[in-house]
Order: sequence, then structure tokens, then C-alpha cells
Amino acid sequence: MARVQLAEIAIARSGDKGDSSNIGVMAKSAALYTFLEQTLTAAVVKDFFKEICFGKVTRYELPNLNALNFILEDSLGGGGTETLITDAQGKVHGPGLLHLALDVPDELLL
Amino acid sequence: MTTDKIVRVANAQGFWGDSLLGPLRLVEEGPVEYLTFDYLAEITMSIMQKQKMKDPSAGYARDFVSMLGKILPACKAKGIKVIANAGGVNPQACMDAIEAVMQQTGMAGMTLAIVEGDDILGDIDELVASGESFANLDSGEPLSTVRERVTSANVYIGAAPIVEALEQGADIIVTGRASDPSLVLAPLIYEFGWSMQDYDKMAAGTVMGHIVECGPQCTGGNYSSWRQVEDFAKIGYPIVEASADGSFVITKHEGTGGLVSVETVTSQVLYELGDPKNYLSPDCIADFTTIQMEQAGDNRVAISGIKGRPPTPSYKVSMSYANGYKILGTLCISGPDAEEKAHVLADMVWQRTAMHGYDIPEADRFLELFGTSVLYKGLVPAPEQPAEIMMRIGARGDDAKALNSMGTELAPLITSGPPGVTGFAGGRPRAAEVVGYWPALIDKTKINTHVTVKEL
Repeated sequence: MARVQLAEIAIARSGDKGDSSNIGVMAKSAALYTFLEQTLTAAVVKDFFKEICFGKVTRYELPNLNALNFILEDSLGGGGTETLITDAQGKVHGPGLLHLALDVPDELLL
Repeated sequence: MTTDKIVRVANAQGFWGDSLLGPLRLVEEGPVEYLTFDYLAEITMSIMQKQKMKDPSAGYARDFVSMLGKILPACKAKGIKVIANAGGVNPQACMDAIEAVMQQTGMAGMTLAIVEGDDILGDIDELVASGESFANLDSGEPLSTVRERVTSANVYIGAAPIVEALEQGADIIVTGRASDPSLVLAPLIYEFGWSMQDYDKMAAGTVMGHIVECGPQCTGGNYSSWRQVEDFAKIGYPIVEASADGSFVITKHEGTGGLVSVETVTSQVLYELGDPKNYLSPDCIADFTTIQMEQAGDNRVAISGIKGRPPTPSYKVSMSYANGYKILGTLCISGPDAEEKAHVLADMVWQRTAMHGYDIPEADRFLELFGTSVLYKGLVPAPEQPAEIMMRIGARGDDAKALNSMGTELAPLITSGPPGVTGFAGGRPRAAEVVGYWPALIDKTKINTHVTVKEL
């Protein structure tokens, strides 16, 4: 096992849908996708974003693209046009999630 | 021969305000048959509606018209057709402006078309009487909550009227609130003779449109592994090379910067995505879990296998409404004790605004201290003692006077408060109107789109 940041094993992009943000995460290999499918749960993301996301986190799977999609409700201070917060569109929620530290089996690391 | 036919559709603008170099370079640096321009976001229609209220000949993307003047000679010479949702709330005025530009530049022999019927602002009460509730799609609230304050109402229309315009020989098509993927799907329906009931094809074209709708965000822009990307300044805008069977390649012109890889394209597939099995468009429901993707050469990604289902019986409606005011000012504070000083300064602002006779409730106050891990709150530790902080201070409310009063008390902080306050740029902030967003649904049978064609 090695403690690594998500950035080492995945890429991410985020955007807004009203007052929710979405974070798409793509694993860098099929084996890493299987690992993330088990470890990167909605609960883990909700806990990591607890000071940003005040609503529910839902996860969807896209195994065809080695990807997971998270919806973070109530995480943009009211949404695109309403809020004064800098990241009103959740543009940096993806790069933010890549800071999450995970224990990854050595054989999965590239 | 027809099975080998490739149609190239490029997206030249990802949003209103995108680089004006995009379309110029797409027409000059390689082959394309169709150029799409995606201008409209939720807030855009409301801004355009305001412009139209002040001036009946305004209310569309004006910079599209000046841009078109620059690329039309090349478009005409190369047979490139243009499809743009630049018409905003006034496609007719946009068409008139294009006609004027063509006359000025001596261009002729092209056919213009506008697609209308998406603007239902004047029909809301009648539609409500006919049974449309327009309940808020997110919150479920009834329209009556905001009815008197609605400033724009547009239906996300699909590919069908754009196909109709192409069939009538249009070279330049300007729409109102056509949905972004439909701009890309429409020319493929026209070129390949796809049935609009062939939902796998509709889904394929919708996925193409989704991938390219933000321009270079699928060709290396905003990509996690950004060090792999070459020459951001010359990043190539995306091109779809579509085949009759619905498979396609995402690429960019040779010699341009950027990177088209499975990772850069997948990043954009995931952008602003909800439930991947149910991507709703006016034309179909696309299943993103059926997308098959592989690298097919340098800067070429091949995509196939996409499945779709019939669309829902509703169109999405995007309404905007006046929702009070907001104000925001910025000051920079140097250390030591920058954070502590920022809180003292913010308190001064609220106290002094109250001394002017305006008590801004705490719930309406806003304070963001850049440099204390604002963007990544809780994700990364905040620095113990930041050398500097940018204070973003503001408020929300229904009383613009109260907010403007607050705005007068920012510059005085430099001379009346703790030391080390600077960077008061841009003058005294003023209250700005807040545009509220109200998504809803409408029965498709209530909407009649129509196409107007004019030869020039």
C-alpha cells in the first residue's frame, strides 16, 4: 500500500448544474477504475467536501470510460448568477478532489 | 461511395465571450464543412432581453455579426455553412444586421435563415391557462412565486427546424435558444439523411455536440495533466469528423496547439454531466455509458457504439427573473496579521453602513478572504500566517441604496483602519441586478418553431 493523492491515479473535471456541482473523475487505468469504484464512494466525497457541499452527494458510474461522476448538491452558495463566491460554477471542485489521499495497492501504481 | 462520406463540423465559439481567434483559425487552417457557434447560457437570454427592451433592434450576440463579416468571404469560397444560436431574443434583428454587414462588404449570393418560436415570454399567461405549470424543475416551487418578475422565457428547441433551414438552402442559420448539441446534430441529419426516429444516431450526434460545445475544453484546455499539452496559445478548436453510421472522430486542425486524447475528450464528456444513462436533449435521450472511445492516431479520438432512446414529451424552458441586487468590492491586505485585520476592516464596513441608516442583515453579508484557502476550503490546510490576503466583501439585498451605501465605505478603510490596505482598483463598487434562473418544462405540442429564409 502507498498513500497517494488521487491526482496520481486519476484526472478530474468539474462544472455546475444550478446550485449543484458535478465532478467527473477518470481513472488512469481499468484496474485503477475498479479500485476507485470500491474506494471513492459518495460518502468519501461528501466527507472530503463537508465545508463546501451542504447537500447530498450522488455517484454515477461510467465503466466504459473508466469514469465516475459525482453530483454535489448545495455546494455553490446559491448557484451561478445568485452567489458572490469566487468559484460560483464549481470549476475547481475537480482539481480540489484530486488532493484526496488514498491508500493504493502498490501493484496498481504506474 | 456514400458510406465513406465524412462530414466535418467544428465548434468555433464555446460561449459568449470566447476568443475571436477561434472561428478565424478554423476557416483558415484546414478543412471544415460546418461551423457552429454556441453563445447562449442561462443568464445570456436575460441580458439580451434587457438590451431589447431599451433598443428594439438589439437583443442578440452583436459580436457574432462583426465576426461573421470577417469569415464570410472564406466561408463562401470554401462552401462552409454557419449555424449559430446567436439570435438570442431577437433573431430577426440579427438577420438584419448580417444583411447590413454583407452589403457593406459587397458579399452576395448567400442564403440566410432564422429559426424562431423559442421565445415564450409574451405567451406565459396563456400557456399557464392552458395547463402548463412551469413549476421550478429544481425546487418544485410554483411559477407564481416569481411570475411578476420574469424577464425572459425561452424553450430549448431541437435540431428539426435547423434541418428545415438547411433543406431550404440556407448557408447561414441563426437561431434563438436552440440547444447546444442540436447545432451539431442538425447538419448530420441533413447530410446523411438520418431519420429523427433513429435514436442511436440522434444520440451519437448529441454526444458529438456535447463534446465540442465548450470549444477547446475537449482539445487540451482545462485538462488535469496540463503539462502534456503543447502550445496553449494556439490551441486548436474541436472538429467532429462524422460518418453515416454515427461513429465519429474528434480532432483539430494539423499544426495547431493542444491535445486530443482519450483523457482530454473524456474530461469533456464528463463536464456538466448528470445521470449518464439519461442525458436529456430535445432530440433524444442519450446513454453515455454506451460511449466507446479509443485513440486513433495523433490528436484523433474515435468514438462509436452510442445508444439512444426517444426524447421526453417536454421541452426544457429557461426563464430568468429579477431577484434583487448584489454588490462586491475588493481590497488587498498585507501581513502580518492580515486575516485578523481583514475582520476588523469588514466590521468597520458593516458598522458604518448602519451609521448611514442601512442595517444589512448578517445573512445578506458576504466576506471571502483569498489566501486563507477559500477555493479549497477544508480540502487543503489554510496557511498559518498568509503574507497577504485579498478581501472580497459584498452583500445581497432588495435595496440597491443600502448596498450602494456600503460601497462608499470601502476606499475609506485605507486611511481609517489598520495599516497595510491597498489595491483599491476599479473605483467604488455599485449594486448590480441579480438574475434569478428558473428552469421548467413545457409540453412539446405547445411550441411551434418556424424558419424564415432570405436570399442575399
